[in-house]
Amino acid sequence: MKIYVPGDSAAISVGADDVAAAIAHKVSGATIIRNGSRGALWLEPMVEVETEKGRVAYGPVSVEDIDSLIAADFMHGGAHALALGESEKIEWLASQDRVTFKRVGIIDPLSLTDYEAHGGLVGLRRAISLSSEAIIDEVKESGVRGRGGAGFPAGIKWKTVADAVSDQKYICCNADEGDSGTFADRMLIEGDPFTLIEGMTIAAIAVGATEGIVYLRSEYPYAIKTLQKAIDIAHAFGWLGSSVLGSKHAFELKIRVGAGSYVCGEETAMLESIEGKRGVVRAKPPLPALEGLFGQPTVINNVLTLSTIPAVLADGAPAYKARGVARSLGTQVFQLAGNIKRGGIVEKPFGISIEEIVNGYGGGTLSGAPLRAVQVGGPLGAYFGRDKFETSLDYESMLAAGGMLGHGGIVVFDESVDLAQQARFAMAFCALESCGKCTPCRIGSTRGVETIDLIIQGVKVDENKKLLLDLCEVMTDGSLCAMGGLTPMPVKSAMINFPEDFTGEVSRR
Amino acid sequence: MKYSTWSQEAALAVLATLREEKGAVLVALQALQKEFGYVHKEDVTLVANFFNKSRADVHGVLTFYHDLLTEAPADNQISICVAEACQAVGSRQLEKDVKAKFGKEVHDGYCFGNCALGPSAMVNGAIIGRASVEKIAQVRI
Repeated sequence: MKIYVPGDSAAISVGADDVAAAIAHKVSGATIIRNGSRGALWLEPMVEVETEKGRVAYGPVSVEDIDSLIAADFMHGGAHALALGESEKIEWLASQDRVTFKRVGIIDPLSLTDYEAHGGLVGLRRAISLSSEAIIDEVKESGVRGRGGAGFPAGIKWKTVADAVSDQKYICCNADEGDSGTFADRMLIEGDPFTLIEGMTIAAIAVGATEGIVYLRSEYPYAIKTLQKAIDIAHAFGWLGSSVLGSKHAFELKIRVGAGSYVCGEETAMLESIEGKRGVVRAKPPLPALEGLFGQPTVINNVLTLSTIPAVLADGAPAYKARGVARSLGTQVFQLAGNIKRGGIVEKPFGISIEEIVNGYGGGTLSGAPLRAVQVGGPLGAYFGRDKFETSLDYESMLAAGGMLGHGGIVVFDESVDLAQQARFAMAFCALESCGKCTPCRIGSTRGVETIDLIIQGVKVDENKKLLLDLCEVMTDGSLCAMGGLTPMPVKSAMINFPEDFTGEVSRR
Repeated sequence: MKYSTWSQEAALAVLATLREEKGAVLVALQALQKEFGYVHKEDVTLVANFFNKSRADVHGVLTFYHDLLTEAPADNQISICVAEACQAVGSRQLEKDVKAKFGKEVHDGYCFGNCALGPSAMVNGAIIGRASVEKIAQVRI
């Protein structure tokens, strides 16, 4: 009898390890599989049992529930207050369109047999049979854009690296998912690590690279463990190494663990960090595609970008680009976070509205108090009020609305939020994490904190607001990278969309 | 003790495992910290000599990254996530309360990727969701 208890760190954070141990102790003959999470995080720990009608779910399960679950014969799908029915029919999950996340939560993350049984390695095998140009054309044709936030077309980046002449090229996966409100990279690595490895291997074959590095943040110890195990398994299987699945291609993959620096999620700072230096941003050009890691041509893609590639190769570009809107093709893995009733992963084609995600899937605030603001796209994304909820979540519409889609994270706040404090935090965070290379970011962020403090205290409010907007303009136009360049986005959007919070303490609500 | 006692020989033994690694200064400092709990003053010169870098280079790396410590850590390492998603569910207050109770053991964290089940904390490497002072106290050793 198979019982699934997620080993995803979000599930573990609310007791999944204890639940797994209790089931192992009390249910004899049970094979416990530590799958990833299906992404309905408010139901974690979500325990699933394999029955005649398929997998049946219960959640959120705590250790105290185990006895009553056993009494209800949950091993055979018995009725219980925590019963959620057949996993595949849970509306919140069934209504999604899972492409990148299609196996997450379903398979045993470290079983290659499971992986292949669910369509794994089909994309890589096809890539091996194709020429470099054909792989890149397929990726270009699919319209896949960089999921890290910048949205640059992956195929064009790959083409640049493929055309560069060099003895050594690299594939670097940016898994430095430092944005608050984003956790899709982590969940994918913990729940389906082979997909990332497959995507990186395809990229390597396409551009002629033989070495890959995953830059994974130290704040994700569970993901580091899982990915290292997956790499070792892939090695033993003859997937990684001197001959990828028996082909003429060689590909070695290793993990470099970050050291707690947010700015190292910026691609050039990441390269510096992998080279063992301070994570100081490089000026561009030269592009990393031409002079990247150790000065060699380098593909840098986010976890989700690379993990989407196997599906593109397996099912073909037309199937992928049939989803989405305008120039935002395919699906986006949205992450619903903060003060939210039903948080987690929602993978849908681009073009779904904020309203559908936040109130539809999310069900409003966790506290029950009225929702006041959302921040879309991480700490450098804009704060929106409810009047912007009809905005379509795609790259272009978000830009037009004065925000950005970023890595697809949406953080929800209830009415207790003070947007002046949030704006202050954005500047303070930038001051803490700035690499220090350029003046607008290094000095501007500190001046930003001081100026917002004056506004909060009610000192010359109008004058200081003008000054703050001017500072924002300097940071936006004058910073070397997105850290300083986008910190003004949460600040300005808070001021524009929530002016009532920037009137000085005396007159505040 | 979960950490080894520092000696020059022991530190050099850690570095010897990284001889073939390209661009290994940061990896070396991380490895030394893992072995000895923090990066000792003498390590800067050892790492610089071993990888043929200047001491300034190594000092620069050591002081850039939040993870790298230059003093022995407390027995318990408590990180409270103070980033936006956790702020939305009360992490600012939790941070104050936990700091009041456990003082120097507590550090600010910036996102453990558990943003739908906040406030989040990391205690000695174990992640805690819907964190409270009581939950954190239970996991402390």
